[in-house]
Amino acid sequence: MEEPYLYIVKLIEAISHGGFAATVAEKYPYVVYQWVVMVVLILLSFFAVKAVKMVPGKMQNIFEIVISGIENFIIGITGEEGRWLFPILATVFIYILACNLIGLVPGFTPPTADLNTTLSCALVVVVFTHIIGIKYHGMKYIKHFLGPIWWLAPLIFVIEVIGHVARAMSLSVRLFGNMRGHELVLAILFMLAGAYLAPLPIMALGIFVGIVQAFVFFILSIMYFQGAMEHAH
Amino acid sequence: MNAISFFVASVCAAGFAIGIAAFGCGLGQGNGLKAAVEGIARNPEASGKITTTLIIGLALIESLCIYALVVALIIIYATPYASTIAALLGH
Repeated sequence: MEEPYLYIVKLIEAISHGGFAATVAEKYPYVVYQWVVMVVLILLSFFAVKAVKMVPGKMQNIFEIVISGIENFIIGITGEEGRWLFPILATVFIYILACNLIGLVPGFTPPTADLNTTLSCALVVVVFTHIIGIKYHGMKYIKHFLGPIWWLAPLIFVIEVIGHVARAMSLSVRLFGNMRGHELVLAILFMLAGAYLAPLPIMALGIFVGIVQAFVFFILSIMYFQGAMEHAH
Repeated sequence: MNAISFFVASVCAAGFAIGIAAFGCGLGQGNGLKAAVEGIARNPEASGKITTTLIIGLALIESLCIYALVVALIIIYATPYASTIAALLGH
């Protein structure tokens, strides 16, 4: 299959003249674009925070709407006790959203079309779930895994552990499959009928898919965190 | 020759996998959508909440189809014969 022309990777190759950085960039373009997304997000938030005023300007207005919207949404689901989870959830949401949408720019590839990127996000969420559980319940957190009847506990424990591993798998594979599938459909349509604007509707669909998948990842993280916070029953 | 017949079987299997998965997912998503539209028609004020829940549910159902897609991709691209096939096809 024809490789797309990735600007940033070519730029790194031109700068380093075929050195170590060029080989790494060519082998792992997704990591390169992950860093591009991170730099863009950090710069945006830096410029938004640099000039905070009582009467917000354009940039600050947008950021305030986004941030307060996300915060209200989280609290609407978890209640007031979930407010301290806002930083990690909003970070995951904005980062994955930016990763999904950057693929629509020509010469860029979505980092989430690689299983490593999505698996790293999913592992952060799943591990943090257990940290929350231990923080809220201490040793009693084990009750979440044992079920209601004591003599069924060994069976329930195995099932629960499989369920928690499957959470990481389903979170990562869902995002990866959606983004990679979208990329493949685009590539195939470009090969078949690229000259007749055939991929255009699929690219429009890509905006929708990117937003919905980022939202699904975000809301499932909220659900998992909330499940760890509430009492075992 | 062995590799070619293996490749043919893989492509058939991948096509059937996606077809069957899309069949089931279509039925499931259609049921969910039907119930959501009925709910909105009866109580239009609840449309915001219903839409959010619906989209999450649809995404969860759709992920099953996506799993089939990933398995199909693995069947085609990540088999032990993949490098042999690529050499045969002249890449």
